[in-house]
Amino acid sequence: MSTAFEELTNRAAGRWQELTDGAEPWIRVGGGVSGQAAGSDEIFTSVLESLDRFDVSARVSRVGSLGLMYLEPIVDVTLPGGSRVFYGNVTKDIANQIIERHAGGGSPVTSRAFAFEGEKTGGLEGVPRLEDLPEFRAQVRIATRNCGRIDPYDILQYAAHGGYSALEKALFRMTPEQALDEVKASGLRGRGGAAFPTGVKWSFLAPSKAPDKYVLCNCEEGDPGAFNDKGILESDPHTLIEGMILNGYATNSNYGYVFIRHGHDIPIEATRHAVGQAYEHGLLGKNILGSGFSFDLEVALTGDSYVAGEETALMEAIEGKRSLPRYKPPFPAAAGLWQKPSNINNVKTLAYVPQIVFNGGKWFKSIGTESSAGTAIVCLTGHIKRPGMYEVPMGMSIREVLEQVGGGVSPGKRIKVLQTGGPLGGVLGDESFDVKIDFDEMSKAGAILGSGGIIVGNETVDVVDLIRALVAFNQYESCGKCFPCRLGNTHMLETLDRLCKYEAKPADLKLMDRIGESMKLGSLCGHGQLGYNPVASALKYFEEEFRVRLRVTQPEGKSTNGSMILPTRTRP
Amino acid sequence: MATTKAELGDSIRERVRCALKQQPQPTVTVLSSLLAVQDAIHYLPDEAIEETAGFCKASVNEVWSVASFYTNFRFTPPGAHVIEVCWGPSCHLAGAQGVLAAVQQELNLFREGETDDRRATLRYNTCLGACALAPVISIDHHLKGRITAGDAKDLAGGLLVD
Ligand SMILES: Cc1cc2nc3c(=O)[nH]c(=O)nc-3n(C[C@H](O)[C@H](O)[C@H](O)COP(=O)(O)O)c2cc1C
Ligand code: FES
Repeated sequence: MSTAFEELTNRAAGRWQELTDGAEPWIRVGGGVSGQAAGSDEIFTSVLESLDRFDVSARVSRVGSLGLMYLEPIVDVTLPGGSRVFYGNVTKDIANQIIERHAGGGSPVTSRAFAFEGEKTGGLEGVPRLEDLPEFRAQVRIATRNCGRIDPYDILQYAAHGGYSALEKALFRMTPEQALDEVKASGLRGRGGAAFPTGVKWSFLAPSKAPDKYVLCNCEEGDPGAFNDKGILESDPHTLIEGMILNGYATNSNYGYVFIRHGHDIPIEATRHAVGQAYEHGLLGKNILGSGFSFDLEVALTGDSYVAGEETALMEAIEGKRSLPRYKPPFPAAAGLWQKPSNINNVKTLAYVPQIVFNGGKWFKSIGTESSAGTAIVCLTGHIKRPGMYEVPMGMSIREVLEQVGGGVSPGKRIKVLQTGGPLGGVLGDESFDVKIDFDEMSKAGAILGSGGIIVGNETVDVVDLIRALVAFNQYESCGKCFPCRLGNTHMLETLDRLCKYEAKPADLKLMDRIGESMKLGSLCGHGQLGYNPVASALKYFEEEFRVRLRVTQPEGKSTNGSMILPTRTRP
Repeated sequence: MATTKAELGDSIRERVRCALKQQPQPTVTVLSSLLAVQDAIHYLPDEAIEETAGFCKASVNEVWSVASFYTNFRFTPPGAHVIEVCWGPSCHLAGAQGVLAAVQQELNLFREGETDDRRATLRYNTCLGACALAPVISIDHHLKGRITAGDAKDLAGGLLVD
């Protein structure tokens, strides 16, 4: 073992010992984007105020997200040598109580605790273990294993959980070829949408002898309803950084970029800080840990543009231009960023890599299904009891995920429609809810798993109106390079608008079909090629709802059927 | 003493130059420069386009092509407060259209832009990233989730008076 690494792991173990078993309680306040939206910044402040008021001394950290977004703001308390007790939906009053009673050295505020971890200490009667919560029991947390557990701003906490040991293993005990072989053997497929085998993609780049080669990480994450890429960056950015260095090592590349959309300050700041720390600890830069391998990494930002998430458009954006997709070939492995050989992967894809290299490809392959190894990191939103970010093994049925993990819909209602895979994905109806979470099974059913967003709609949802919202997004976000996409989406939106206003003609359904076909045939990138998916899949499962709009005239006083408020600015 | 328009332009140029120079990351491009300027002064005046062109050794046309493409760039100064409303599908199902309508009405604005008194700017956002807490809005870049149309109306109204 390199001495630099040994020193890091020793300091890390010391830090963890001190936090969990030191002289003071340790209080962790959930954060991240969802945490902020739930008011966690205010709760953080009131925790500090209460500590002051009750004269309690404690260590306080902001962590990312456990994935239980529906319980944010979450505050948890670990007493020296005691259990970690979680409190959800914390208000200022509850924060006060927790600090006064629990952190002050007393017993937990049992009535407010939703779970605990570690040794069961007194006062936790009736409180379940975290891993026994139904939404936790079904999970297999690999890429999200540290989320909500460690402070994303503290590299030692990451190292205390095995962080950077996969890198140390690869650099000192594996050749680049062996590291690449593990990724190939793992069966890992891309989590950014296209599900391309990652090891195969890397093996296009590895043999190139070019001196400048780039590995890129895609955190554009423009899909509304998906927040798992940002979720990983804001909760555990070092997992991604380690994955990227391994990507560089396995493909003999020395430069990396993490590409994030501007404006998402929480994940951006966490990632930038983590990159700085990795440099300070000799994990990035020249001669990493004395291994002779060098790797430089930086964060690049894009302006608002959904198409910037397409791999070649992303390279244009890093180069500082308009994010217009390039014609392929040449493929990125031949001529990518700055026309140099490049590889691009999604955040989730790369976040699996440290565990794959450490535990071996076989281990990863043993989880999930034959064609889709590992886990799916799903984001449940919409009409579901427990919206959040959950990592479930591939092969679970969607219905199981919705019921066991998501907790189902509100009583008395049923789930009618699911929108998966982002706005270029599709919708699923009831008859498909038993389909397995698996790249191939889902695309057979007419939707895609994509980046893992699952938006749930109950029986009150007007499917035509939902589809209009998706197509409105696609129209707004078309980069304009290919006219079938630019004009096709505009026509499709106008047609759906007519349908929503009960002004459409029967020929309009046929018209949409023809527009969709032209978009598929005549567009350069997935934005146009897949743009008809939402309509096609909705016609497959909910054709009747479209037909009704052709037969009836607008019912009196039905307000949701009017115009939709939309941004008017389109790209010049 | 009143400042002349030329002097005002000079101070804007100064701030733009400062933002251009202080970019932390090694790779500096037209896009990264425009983002840095927009972060510093919240819009891109003509001076910013010219300075960016000079700084990046690009033509004014090239800079404009980038600035006009990304939808987050603005070319007029924003109001004192910015309220963003998400209209993405998760928020749509949770009633975003009602939230948007309430905010529009309260601000008397029927599209993105500034109120007449320039106290508030309304923007639409395709996804603020907190979809699990839909519907979501943000006020001066601070997110607020599980918003009702009534809450949104009050918050928007608050921006006009404080
Ligand atoms: C319009 C469009 C938008 C995309 N947006 C994203 C995105 O936000 N994040 C992402 O990882 N991939 C996105 N992709 C897919 C990327 O092109 C690419 O396939 C992916 O980043 C590769 O990573 P993976 O192999 O790890 O999946 C998008 C594709 C298209 C056509
Ligand atoms: S869809 Fe509104 S925050 Fe994501």
